[in-house]
Amino acid sequence: MTEVPHLSLHVPEPAVRPGGEPDFSNVKIAKAGSVPRPPVDAAPEDIRDLAYSIIRVLNRDGEAVGPWAGLLSDEELLTGLRNMMKLRAFDARMLMAQRQGKTSFYMQHLGEEAVSSAFRKALDKGDMNFPTYRQAGLLIADDYPMVEMMNQIYSNEADPLRGRQLPIMYSSKAHGFFTISGNLATQYVQAVGWAMASAIKKDTKIAAAWIGDGSTAESDFHSALVFASTYKAPVILNIVNNQWAISTFQGIARGGSGTFAARGLGFGIPALRVDGNDYLAVYAVAKWAAERARRNLGPTLIEYVTYRVGAHSTSDDPSAYRPKTESEAWPLGDPVLRLKKHLIVRGVWSEERHTQAEAEILDEVIQAQKQAESHGTLHAGGKPSVRDIFEGVYAEMPAHIRRQRQKAGY
Amino acid sequence: MARMTMIEAVRSAMDVSMGRDDDVVVFGEDVGYFGGVFRATQGLQAKYGKTRCFDAPINESGILGTAIGMAAYGLKPCVEIQFADYMYPAYDQITQEAARIRYRSNGDFTCPIVVRMPTGGGIFGGQTHSQSPEALFTHVCGLKVVVPSNPYDAKGLLIAAIEDPDPVMFLEPKRLYNGPFDGHHERPVTPWSKHDLGEVPEGHYTIPIGKAEIRRSGSAVTVVAYGTMVHVALAAAEETGIDAEVIDLRSLLPLDLDTIVQSVKKTGRCVVVHEATLTSGFGAEVVSLVQEHCFYSLEAPVVRVTGWDTPYPHAQEWDYFPGPARVGRALKEVMEG
Repeated sequence: MTEVPHLSLHVPEPAVRPGGEPDFSNVKIAKAGSVPRPPVDAAPEDIRDLAYSIIRVLNRDGEAVGPWAGLLSDEELLTGLRNMMKLRAFDARMLMAQRQGKTSFYMQHLGEEAVSSAFRKALDKGDMNFPTYRQAGLLIADDYPMVEMMNQIYSNEADPLRGRQLPIMYSSKAHGFFTISGNLATQYVQAVGWAMASAIKKDTKIAAAWIGDGSTAESDFHSALVFASTYKAPVILNIVNNQWAISTFQGIARGGSGTFAARGLGFGIPALRVDGNDYLAVYAVAKWAAERARRNLGPTLIEYVTYRVGAHSTSDDPSAYRPKTESEAWPLGDPVLRLKKHLIVRGVWSEERHTQAEAEILDEVIQAQKQAESHGTLHAGGKPSVRDIFEGVYAEMPAHIRRQRQKAGY
Repeated sequence: MARMTMIEAVRSAMDVSMGRDDDVVVFGEDVGYFGGVFRATQGLQAKYGKTRCFDAPINESGILGTAIGMAAYGLKPCVEIQFADYMYPAYDQITQEAARIRYRSNGDFTCPIVVRMPTGGGIFGGQTHSQSPEALFTHVCGLKVVVPSNPYDAKGLLIAAIEDPDPVMFLEPKRLYNGPFDGHHERPVTPWSKHDLGEVPEGHYTIPIGKAEIRRSGSAVTVVAYGTMVHVALAAAEETGIDAEVIDLRSLLPLDLDTIVQSVKKTGRCVVVHEATLTSGFGAEVVSLVQEHCFYSLEAPVVRVTGWDTPYPHAQEWDYFPGPARVGRALKEVMEG
């Protein structure tokens, strides 16, 4: 009789843990400019390779190369750099404000600024994003007032959401930014529904869904891909792969799938993988997907390969689960520095102008912060009314909530 | 006016709403070409086209999630969950999304959706085709919860639900689809065509959500019921000869507390009946409100008659279902108490 071997459970582990040498040798980086740019009406089965490579435009020397380059003007690129710098400065100030006790919680974008900032520029007015908590670049790049964002973060008397939501869970229909839930993945399938509605009404608008690498494991991710695929919804399905879901490395959600982008292939959805720290590449790929959606060719899945340099949130300490110097070893560099270098190579930017712009932007952020703080912060100054607890649960307040409001003394 | 079954009334409500408003869309599992497993959407795809009434993948969280997205766009989706028992995969989308979008965005976005779902037992559906999950919805702030007991109400309430600016859970007692079933499973059910409330206007009308209806006036005891149990309670009152006042709640959230309080203050006695399980059921809320508002008028402890705290059995269905005999015993109990 042959002996049957015992089974063993496979539990994936990241390449390195704290104390070890950072190692990204498993991240295969394609050469900038090397990935072809297919026509937007290419059949999904003909472009399967794009789900396994990384589309990149900026090379090591700061030059824009290859078939995905050449879409943005000097002016547009300078605006892009400014928006990323603004988001970074905004994050730094709000992170400090949280540490000073002016709010309860904050989530920063450090290292991921290019993804949402560049993506917003590929959409038109009236299109709708269904974001997660790390896409504030969508608002900044659409010139949503920073002071409004801060009012929300401080839950002060001018908070557009009346103190009801956790900091950074913004909402702005006017700026194409769906109310952030705080649950994970629920918005992904809602975006597909919004896009289906636009198609039902024979509109021209498209939707964009956002999710992180970790949350792709949620069943709503699968739901979204089924519905998007079945109805060919005009939606861009974005996955921001920043390598870490709080303390869990991306391999736990990805499992045996080669890449997150490859998840789209089984649904017949064209899937592209892009350098998320390359402003030009993000824009080019987003624009390609937006054109597909607008031409009624259906959904596109995009995986942005990036790295979460900061903590997950102000409640997190990454040194407990990954090497402290890991971000320095990240092979795709820093999105702000890379675009800065490109603009210098282009001859439209300089170290001096960059330093000056940093100072101007910091001043702009500080002015907005002063204005917001004049309306109060979480524990000091003006705050939303207790009455606001009871308003807005329904369009019309039912009797039982009115009785409870009266009981609360309002 | 026309004679309609409850299914026809529900279909008519969707038909009228789709005809009046291009933004009303209907979808769900088997809902499109086939017209739904209970035939509620029969003919709607042929009449309004494939983009207004269509089949969905078997994915309840996807049905709810896309409906929420459509509502954010500006449509008014009226979706079907094939059996209320299948709503659990969608529960996250219902409770944490649909119910809270208005609140969390301070009205920047809203969620005017209707979720229709056949509910309750009495059809030998076993534990996965017989549940009454209404209390799982009434516990969620931001939802409205409606349970009609007859074709006239079903149509008026469903049109009101579709026109409502907030999400409405619309639970249709499937045992009432073809007639006013009173729990006497051994007898053939009277068809709606022989019942006053099977008389339904063909056009548009609404019944306000949040208003109960007194189905039988009485002075001895108040019976609070909804859905199938309204007809069971009426039968129990006739069979025991106890002069019960039977209130049909129609809407559980918001609740017509005034009608309940007024009646219990008059009768001094109260029985609450539902088919759902007892513990933490909606009856617990009603009893609590009755003691809070009518304590000094009560002549006897308030009694609940409900399904047992077990899964809905298959073969023993009629020993589980709170029929007229059990309701009758409760009526006698509160009269003696």
